[in-house]
Amino acid sequence: MPKPTIGLEVHVQLRTDSKMFCACPMEFGAEPNTRVCPVCLALPGSLPVLNRVALESTIALGLALHCHITPFSQFHRKNYFYPDLPKGYQISQYDLPLASDGYLTLPKESIAASFKKVGIIRVHMEEDTAKSIHGASLAHNVGYALLDFNRSGVPLLEVVSAPDLESPEEASAYLVELRAILRTLGISSGNMEEGALRCDVNISLDRGTRAEVKNLNSFRAVRKALEYEFQRQCERVERGEAVLLETRHWDEAKGVTIPGRSKEEAEDYRYFPEPDLLPLEIDVRWVEQVHRSLPELPEGRRERLASLGLHPSEAITLAHNPELACFFDGALEVGAPPKETANWLLGEVQRILHAGGKSLEETPLTPVRLAELLRLIQQGVISSKGGKALLEVMLTSDRPPAELVEALGLAQVSDPVQIRLWVQEAIAANPKQSEQYRQGKEALLAFFAGQVMKKSFGNANPELLDRILKEELQATA
Amino acid sequence: MPSLECLPSREAKGYQRKRKMINPLLMQPAHRVLPLLRAGEISSVELVRAALDWIAEADPDLGAFLYVAEARAMARAISIDKARHQGEEVGPLAGLPVALKDNMCQRDTPTTCGSRILEGFRSPYDATVVRKLEEAGAVILGKCNMDEFAMGSSTENSAFQQTRNPWDLERVPGGSSGGSAAAVTAGEVYLSLGSDTGGSIRQPASFCGLPGMKPTYGRVSRYGLVAFASSLDQIGAFARNIPDLALAMQTISGHDSLDSTSLPEAVPDYLGALQREPGALRVGVAKDQLALEGLSPSVRQIFEEAIAKLAGLGFLLEEVTLPHASYGLPTYYLIAPAECSANLARFDGIRYGLREEGRDLFDQYCRTRRQGFGAEVRRRIMVGTYALSAGYREAFYLKAQKVRTLIRQDFTEAFKRVDLIALPTTPTVAFRFGERTEDPLSMYMADLFTIPISLAGLPALSLPIDWIPPEEGEGPPMPVGMQLVGPAMAETRVLQAAYCYEKSSGLHDLIPSFVNDRKGLRFDPQQCSQIWGQI
Repeated sequence: MPKPTIGLEVHVQLRTDSKMFCACPMEFGAEPNTRVCPVCLALPGSLPVLNRVALESTIALGLALHCHITPFSQFHRKNYFYPDLPKGYQISQYDLPLASDGYLTLPKESIAASFKKVGIIRVHMEEDTAKSIHGASLAHNVGYALLDFNRSGVPLLEVVSAPDLESPEEASAYLVELRAILRTLGISSGNMEEGALRCDVNISLDRGTRAEVKNLNSFRAVRKALEYEFQRQCERVERGEAVLLETRHWDEAKGVTIPGRSKEEAEDYRYFPEPDLLPLEIDVRWVEQVHRSLPELPEGRRERLASLGLHPSEAITLAHNPELACFFDGALEVGAPPKETANWLLGEVQRILHAGGKSLEETPLTPVRLAELLRLIQQGVISSKGGKALLEVMLTSDRPPAELVEALGLAQVSDPVQIRLWVQEAIAANPKQSEQYRQGKEALLAFFAGQVMKKSFGNANPELLDRILKEELQATA
Repeated sequence: MPSLECLPSREAKGYQRKRKMINPLLMQPAHRVLPLLRAGEISSVELVRAALDWIAEADPDLGAFLYVAEARAMARAISIDKARHQGEEVGPLAGLPVALKDNMCQRDTPTTCGSRILEGFRSPYDATVVRKLEEAGAVILGKCNMDEFAMGSSTENSAFQQTRNPWDLERVPGGSSGGSAAAVTAGEVYLSLGSDTGGSIRQPASFCGLPGMKPTYGRVSRYGLVAFASSLDQIGAFARNIPDLALAMQTISGHDSLDSTSLPEAVPDYLGALQREPGALRVGVAKDQLALEGLSPSVRQIFEEAIAKLAGLGFLLEEVTLPHASYGLPTYYLIAPAECSANLARFDGIRYGLREEGRDLFDQYCRTRRQGFGAEVRRRIMVGTYALSAGYREAFYLKAQKVRTLIRQDFTEAFKRVDLIALPTTPTVAFRFGERTEDPLSMYMADLFTIPISLAGLPALSLPIDWIPPEEGEGPPMPVGMQLVGPAMAETRVLQAAYCYEKSSGLHDLIPSFVNDRKGLRFDPQQCSQIWGQI
């Protein structure tokens, strides 16, 4: 059975305030052709000026991927004609990418195969094209294309991995990890639906001739396309046919890849140094400064969280969700216990949010309040069950938890006299079950506990209840 | 004040039409009319009106302008007069008629670059030089003719019209900034801007008997200049004398955050520097350049006389060599086309300009660009595309870049020993229409001496050194220019040396008789305001 060899080329849209070479604001979903100027429309006479923030973001990603940051870099013109490319060339990088020779570490638990390092060949900067919207006019029986130049000149990073990935699952894990790094650095939304992350894959069998598949716009598409392409290449080989060096396109609807142009007749991009921009001299001190100000990255975060006693899958989930991780750390800062915090944050909080279709930022819940809730449980003021009820309310109300406990009557009853009274009532009301218990049907303990909880509206201290219940059932014998 | 001497110039056949007399004020240098404007002796409205009238009169014969912004210029003149009347700060060029080469963008104004592909295009924004001129108070009268996309040395490659040399209307004004040079020579405006990629300011300046300057690469912002070859293009100016030229360069130079290749250094006071003697500057004479094939013997002789004159003025002559400069032409004709092949890719008929519908997208591109671009532009795009193609890139484009470095080093070496280098501007005087259009290489030869300097990105100025009778055939004497080249950022030194020469030669006061039918007329500036009153 041949093994697939996979390499990914990921295009990342940076989340800067303005575009790569002009001052036009970046805004997803703005009215078409309203975020444009002479530069990004390529009007005659306009010139590019590099956005320094985009450059710094690239350096940050390069460092996060353990890359070498080149002290001297340059932009090149990549020449080709297409309506969405207003200058007739794309300003990109060619033989001097800003960052190269790094790696990304896949987490241990996300895939069965255990963790591995995936080589990063290069990270370079380039500008995005305009967006084409193709359509057809039924009235005139002709096709048409509309162009939205809001996207023209948006800064992009191209991240090229080494062909180190060996399964569609690994490719998927790589993308998830890369997105986590981008979000942790805060340089991209990493949102595939909005096109902030676009992926081309290269796949071959046992490092033979590769095919490139373009136009993959979701994690699912990446996995499905790789699975399909692996199958297709295997079948060709079985039939004794060679795999062709070609570019293929993923047809989402049909779930197949279809051939595009073959690489032999590929366009000659006639790269040459962009004379409108000065070569980049990257000051080592600047790189060091960016390095020092890097936030905790997913790789390190996973390790730290695991060392706090979190389950590896919890550590990974938090590391992949920088907002959640920050929330988690915030709760820990005010004294919340790590394991319980992770438990609640990833369990109950997510369940309720998911059911309500909301995000954490949209609720009044803060790390301090979650910590307070956990403390109330720990101190026995409320039961764990009461805690869940309280959390529901805390996600919509911004009243302090202690106040809510009172208002909702959630305080746990830990008075042994009261609990004993409920227990005695319950036994008296169910003589048959109490008899069966005494004859050895110990499972009925839960039945009596349930009866008492009903009476106490769920507020009876469960540990106390358990003890008193056993005592009373024995005593009636 | 010195008076102006009028030399005979030749009317073109079929163009011998009686013109109205020019307002003599229009033939004065800017430095003589600006004080009159400042003193209120004449108004900007009067001056602009006179210039517009003269353009209406002379330009049908001359063809310097592609577009005259009459209403806009008059409105601006009115507002400047008003501002001045109210005692507001109006700028050093306030009220002065000037012109732009038609590859510089001005808001709401046509910018064609002399090409069909941009016919009807109006720029929605101002080039930085336009903003600077307007801030200085200049009144832009219009856009001047040029070789299509600045590719050419005679302005014959304009898709729209010929521009004639005011000294001999049967000859070309040079190019590619031929319209800008002719407009200043013929009294249509006082100053004009041109762009120089391989000699497109210096060569027409030489052909038209004007001073013209290309500054150090990066000294003037290219923002809003439609690109031909980005690593070579520089905006510069034409004027009637060196102080005017210094004033124009002062106005347009300086750092611009919109042009990444713009130099950050502050602009020195060029005009102030002209008041000082440059001292005993060492002037390098490149004997190997003078031996180049193609340099006309009579031009060489005039150049050598000028060199001798420089020595007489106290300059120290030194022999220098520029061993790689003779490779300038082939180097330039790889690098410039390579860059233009990308720069002109945006003219695709998608967003603006000409669009020729086709069967499909590819066909539409082909038709649009075949219809829109002239033969020379298409030739250079093809040469450039070829030079950058896989398999040829190393042999052509990259090799040319290496030679460019060697040429630059030649100048660096030479400037270790001298302060300036003097060269002829052009191998010959202005040629006749059609003389070189059939043979592109003979046309390219017109930039033999200007191209190496462009490749090195150095400041250079051409100034008239004499008028000589044409070598063959009959006709009036034609101007010959000399180039003074400085090290990077040495504009001040170049201007000082040129001014020194100009003061001693007095040639700047010559005007072509084209501007007036009364041969040998002498303008007396003392009487300017009186004459004004009579008209």
